[in-house]
Amino acid sequence: MSELQFRDPKLARSMAATLDRLVRETGRKIAVMHVCGSHEQAIAKYGLRSLFPKSLEVIMGPGCPVCVTDVPEVDESVLIAAQGARIATFGDMLKVPGSVKSLADAQASGAKIDIVYSPQQAVEIARSTKEEVVLFATGFETTAVATAAVILDNPPPNFSVLSVHKYIPPVMEIIAEMPESRIEGFLAAGHAATITGSAVFEPFVERHKIPVVIAGFEPNDIMAGLVELVELIRAKTPHVVNMFPRCVTLEGNLAAQKQLWRVFRPMGGRWRGIAHVPNGNLRLRDEFAHLDARKRFPIDLTSLWDYAPPALAGQCICGDIMAGIRNPNDCRLFNRECVPENPVGACMVSNEGTCKIWHLYGGVPDLEASA
Amino acid sequence: MCLGVPGKVIEVRDSVAVVDFWGVRKEVRLDIVDENVVPGDYILNHVGFAIRRIPPESIAETLALYEMLLAQEGDDLMSLDVRSEIEASS
Ligand code: SF4
Repeated sequence: MSELQFRDPKLARSMAATLDRLVRETGRKIAVMHVCGSHEQAIAKYGLRSLFPKSLEVIMGPGCPVCVTDVPEVDESVLIAAQGARIATFGDMLKVPGSVKSLADAQASGAKIDIVYSPQQAVEIARSTKEEVVLFATGFETTAVATAAVILDNPPPNFSVLSVHKYIPPVMEIIAEMPESRIEGFLAAGHAATITGSAVFEPFVERHKIPVVIAGFEPNDIMAGLVELVELIRAKTPHVVNMFPRCVTLEGNLAAQKQLWRVFRPMGGRWRGIAHVPNGNLRLRDEFAHLDARKRFPIDLTSLWDYAPPALAGQCICGDIMAGIRNPNDCRLFNRECVPENPVGACMVSNEGTCKIWHLYGGVPDLEASA
Repeated sequence: MCLGVPGKVIEVRDSVAVVDFWGVRKEVRLDIVDENVVPGDYILNHVGFAIRRIPPESIAETLALYEMLLAQEGDDLMSLDVRSEIEASS
């Protein structure tokens, strides 16, 4: 089925052949990482892994914002909901486990949760009620700029934000520095770079001598991005290459960056299951303390310590999967106890989570098929 | 999701545009986009905000990709994401 949907199957084949030649020329196995749920969806959906050379591993890193939202961050939202505030958040967040409860559990025991599609909708809900409305704000920089925009647009006094926004460039540093990391190149996602621009990756490439290629979302965009990336690895010329110029410029969207950094400051924090990421979290600046849910509500995470965590949670290896060390098939619960209807870990919850994507598209397409 | 959805701008009022996404009209905020947006332009929408004005020469190509995705039935993740972004009321 998959191949029929390529706009140009011949081009795909020829790029696959080039990729194969380039990997062979290096004489070793190569692992690269992309950091975007939409890339993984396209790779799985079109069966691209069956076109990749056997010695090329393409791993999905921490590209799913829902999945990297840390357990205590979910706890914060649950504890705020328990105080009677309405929590407005994106639908994917409902089932993401906290240490004891998810927001869905909280809702079942009476908490008020509104599913929104846009930060703007959360503001509109706040305008329509006297109740406290807290936007549980998840997502990477592309979504954070939307939160910044509503914060700068005079929201009503009963509106506040629990920001768990994350910033991608620092987590790439962490992964590059992990001793067990085999990643030799990154495929960066087109639309996040729309905001930050391709130049944001220059210091990373400079420091780690690991190339970064920005690619679009069509199968052939991804193939072309990989050809470029492997060529940069083979030639030992680490650069940033922008293969998605119709969306991404060198300096990015400066107006959006200005709003982003006016509202948020980068702060170190944990990404679920991965590591503490210096500067990886976006928190409201003091100037906006009056809109910061963490300042408005007392949050006592220790109050949850009396409860036992859900039984299977300890076996979830989401973090290792997002760090590129293991894959869903290495998880004993994958497609058994852990399925989208009843997810144990966050990677099975979101449409952008590796486990859910592999579950829906049947895991790794047969690597032998193209041989 | 990082895909975003393209739509055609019908009307612009201050910092809000009415945008047509395959027949579904929605309000999209223009606070983030760094170019002047006028009716007839195409923008890329992410969570109710235009994140980019699509350059005229890329419109056809961009729309074709999304049409291919929208043609998929069932629980295809990419098309589900695009459809839910289109259908979500704002
Ligand atoms: S299959 Fe479930 S339990 Fe296993 S790593 Fe994925 S999300 Fe965690």
